Amino acid sequence: MTELTNTALNRTEQLGFIDLSARKRIESLLDSGSMRELLTPFDRLTSPWLEKQGIVPQFDDGVVIARGKLDDKPVVAAAIEGGFQGGSLGEVGGAKIAGILELAIEENRKGNPTAAVLMLETGGVRLQEANLGLAAIAEIQSAIVELRQYQPVIAVVTGPVGCFGGMSITAGLCSYLIITREGRLGLNGPQVIEQEAGVEEYDSRDRGLIWGLTGGIQRFATGLVDAFVDDDVSALSTCVRDCLAAGVPTLHRSDDIAAPLKRLQQFDTREQIDAQRARFTLTQGKTA
Amino acid sequence: MTAQSKPISKRGGHWFDGLTAGMVTQQAAVPSLRIADGEVAGHACRVLLVQPDPDSHFPRASRGEVGLLEGYGLAAAIDDAIKTDAHNPQKRALIAIVDVPSQAYGRREEALGLHQALAAAVSAYARARLAGHPVISLLVGKAMSGAFLAHGYQANRIFALADSGVQVHAMGKAAAARVTLRTEEELDKLAADIPPMAYDLESYASLGLLEPLVEVESAESPSTNDLDKVRSVLVDALNDIQPGDTGLERRLNGVNRGASRLVREQLRTQWEA
Repeated sequence: MTELTNTALNRTEQLGFIDLSARKRIESLLDSGSMRELLTPFDRLTSPWLEKQGIVPQFDDGVVIARGKLDDKPVVAAAIEGGFQGGSLGEVGGAKIAGILELAIEENRKGNPTAAVLMLETGGVRLQEANLGLAAIAEIQSAIVELRQYQPVIAVVTGPVGCFGGMSITAGLCSYLIITREGRLGLNGPQVIEQEAGVEEYDSRDRGLIWGLTGGIQRFATGLVDAFVDDDVSALSTCVRDCLAAGVPTLHRSDDIAAPLKRLQQFDTREQIDAQRARFTLTQGKTA
Repeated sequence: MTAQSKPISKRGGHWFDGLTAGMVTQQAAVPSLRIADGEVAGHACRVLLVQPDPDSHFPRASRGEVGLLEGYGLAAAIDDAIKTDAHNPQKRALIAIVDVPSQAYGRREEALGLHQALAAAVSAYARARLAGHPVISLLVGKAMSGAFLAHGYQANRIFALADSGVQVHAMGKAAAARVTLRTEEELDKLAADIPPMAYDLESYASLGLLEPLVEVESAESPSTNDLDKVRSVLVDALNDIQPGDTGLERRLNGVNRGASRLVREQLRTQWEA
C-alpha cells in the first residue's frame, strides 16, 4: 500500500485518506504532534491463535490505538488496518479497541472529557478467532454506548474495505458516522448473502447493485450516515472536528426506534427493493 | 443444506411458554417477538423472545432470524421498560430467551439498514444494563453471530443449557468453511486446538463468557423440573447482580482469555505513564 509522504503533493492537491495506513490515518486527523500510540508494534502483542493456523501474525494485530487531541480536546482514536486479514477483528485487536474506549470512559467519569474517533475498515469477526472476535465486538459496543453518554463517538468509513459484520452494528451505535464515496456499510457481505439466500436475491458479482445499495452515496441519501465527504484528509479532518464540536446528539441514531419501525412495518415487500425505493422508504416524512 | 430446508426451531417458544406461565403477556410491536412481564421470586422482570414468524412480510426473516422488524421490535420493548422504570429504584430485569439461527440475509435487509436495526437492539440492551436493569440471557438453542449480538450478548450474565443443540458462533460451520477455504472436517480438527473456533459449548465456556452450564432433562421442551431449575438459576443471578454491577468485566476471567486481560493491563500501564 502506498503512503503519500510527498509534501509537494500534500501542499498542492487533495491528500487521499484511503491509501493511508491505519497509523497514518490517525496521525493525519489528530492535532499535529499530539498522537501518542499505545501498545505499539514494539510491544509485540500478537494474536495467540493465528500462528497455530499457519497464519503470520502482525505485531499490532492490525489495530492501531492512540491518545491525542482534536482542536486541543483530548480524544482516543482507533484505526483498523484493512490490509491485514481483511480488517478482521480478533481477540487482541478487539481488546485494544474495547480497552481504550473503557479508559476513555474512566477519564470522563473523573471529569476529564474524552471523545473517540474510530476508523472502521473491517469485514467484522476474524473467523480464525471466531467467538473471541464476536465477544470483543460485544464489549466494544457496550463501551461505545457508555462513552457516548459523555462525549461523542465518531466513526469514519472511507474504504477500501468498508465496514461489515458485527462492526457495522458498532458503526450504527456511534454518535456520528462519516462516509466517503468509496466507503461501504452493511451487515452481511455480498458473498455470504448470495450463499445463504441465492444469486437471485443478491448477486455478489453485480457491483452496480451492491454499491447502489450499500455504498457511501446511498447510505448518505438514506440518512443512515451523517456526513458524506471526499476522500481528502483535510475535508475529513474538518468534518471530524465539526462532529466533535456539535457534541453529544440529543437522540442517537440507534435510539430512534418508533419511526423506522413504523416505516418497515408498512413497507411493501411483494417486489424486490432497489436503491430508489430504499431512499424513499427510509426518508419518508423527513426533509432529505 | 440450504437455509430454507433447515427445520424451524421451537425450543425458544417452549421455554418462553414454560417460564412465563402466570405472567402478563404484552402486545409486541411485531409478531416474531414475544414479551411477558411478571416476577421471578419477587424480582420484577420482562421476558423477551424472538421466534419464527412464517407469515413475516420480510421473507428472509421468517424462520427465527433477527431481521429489521426484530431489531427495532426488541429495541422498542426494551426502551419501553427503561422509560417505564426510569423513576423506579427497582428496575425490572430483562430476560432474553435466545434461540436465534442467524441474522436475516437478504437484499431488502441490507438496503434498509439491517445493521442499524440491530444497533437499535444492542443499544437498548446496553442502555438498560447501564441504567441498572439486570440483564440475563438464557441460551436454549442457537445464538449466532449478529443475531446474538442483538439479542443476548449485552447481558450481565449469560446462561446456557448443557445441550448439543445450544451453539454459539460467529458463522455457521458450512459458511465458515467456505469463507476460510477449508473443509468442515479441517475446521473441526482446528477447533480441537483452538477453543474460540469450536462449535461445542464446553470450548465456548472456556472463554469465560458463560455462567456454569445448566443441566436439564429436556432442552427441546422443558419438564417441570427443568423449569424449576432454570428459575432457581435466574433467582440466584438476580440476587447476585449488584446495583453497581453494570459492566461486562467479569467476562474477562476465562482460561482462554489471557490475551484480552494482558492487552488491558499493559494498556492501562501505558495510559497512566
